[in-house]
Amino acid sequence: MSALILEYALSYAQIAMVAALCLACLRMIRGPRAQDRVLALDTMYINAMLLFLLIGMGNGNVFFFEGALVIAVLGFVTTVCAAKFLMRGEVIE
Amino acid sequence: MTHLHQLPPVAAVLIAIFVVLGSSLALLGSLGLVRLKSFYQRLHAPTLAYSYGTLLIILGSMAMFSLIEERPVVHEIIIGVFMMITTPITLLMLGRASLRRDRDAKLGHDERVPPRTRATDAAKPPAPDQAAPR
Repeated sequence: MSALILEYALSYAQIAMVAALCLACLRMIRGPRAQDRVLALDTMYINAMLLFLLIGMGNGNVFFFEGALVIAVLGFVTTVCAAKFLMRGEVIE
Repeated sequence: MTHLHQLPPVAAVLIAIFVVLGSSLALLGSLGLVRLKSFYQRLHAPTLAYSYGTLLIILGSMAMFSLIEERPVVHEIIIGVFMMITTPITLLMLGRASLRRDRDAKLGHDERVPPRTRATDAAKPPAPDQAAPR
């Protein structure tokens, strides 16, 4: 019973996160200016991190957590560097 | 999926509610990212995924692994604290970069801001420097 409920919930959640990834990817392709694309890339990073957590919950594997943490750190660094580049024209002054 | 059978049904319903709510909020955030009109409106939409989506999915994951392994598993809190620290920095820098680019390109926002006129000023034509788009 509990396994059935959780399987349905996790399947819905994974499908919703993949749909969110596709919508953010659509904004990244369509985005009229550069900052829209950077924001969409950041959203894609966060959605992928949540998708990793959900896959780890579905498999019962704790080690997907490390992957999610690495994705979160990389997303932060990427977005800060891109915003810095958009503001100044160079990353390191 | 053998590990899911070990959970009591009440905890399974609770975890299912957490996971479904969190992923639905993340989906709504990405939908807002596509549907909203200007960049400064779009900047607010994915914060649903950043705050509530992350919080609810992390709570569900913590509850599930704690009940399966029968010991408190709290290392997902690291992701929550990290997101709580880095999200304002990221969005603040992105917003400032966008403001600076708009100012450099002499572009206004996409959203229409109605001119602020009083009843006495309405008869006079606007000054040319105020009529120029900022």
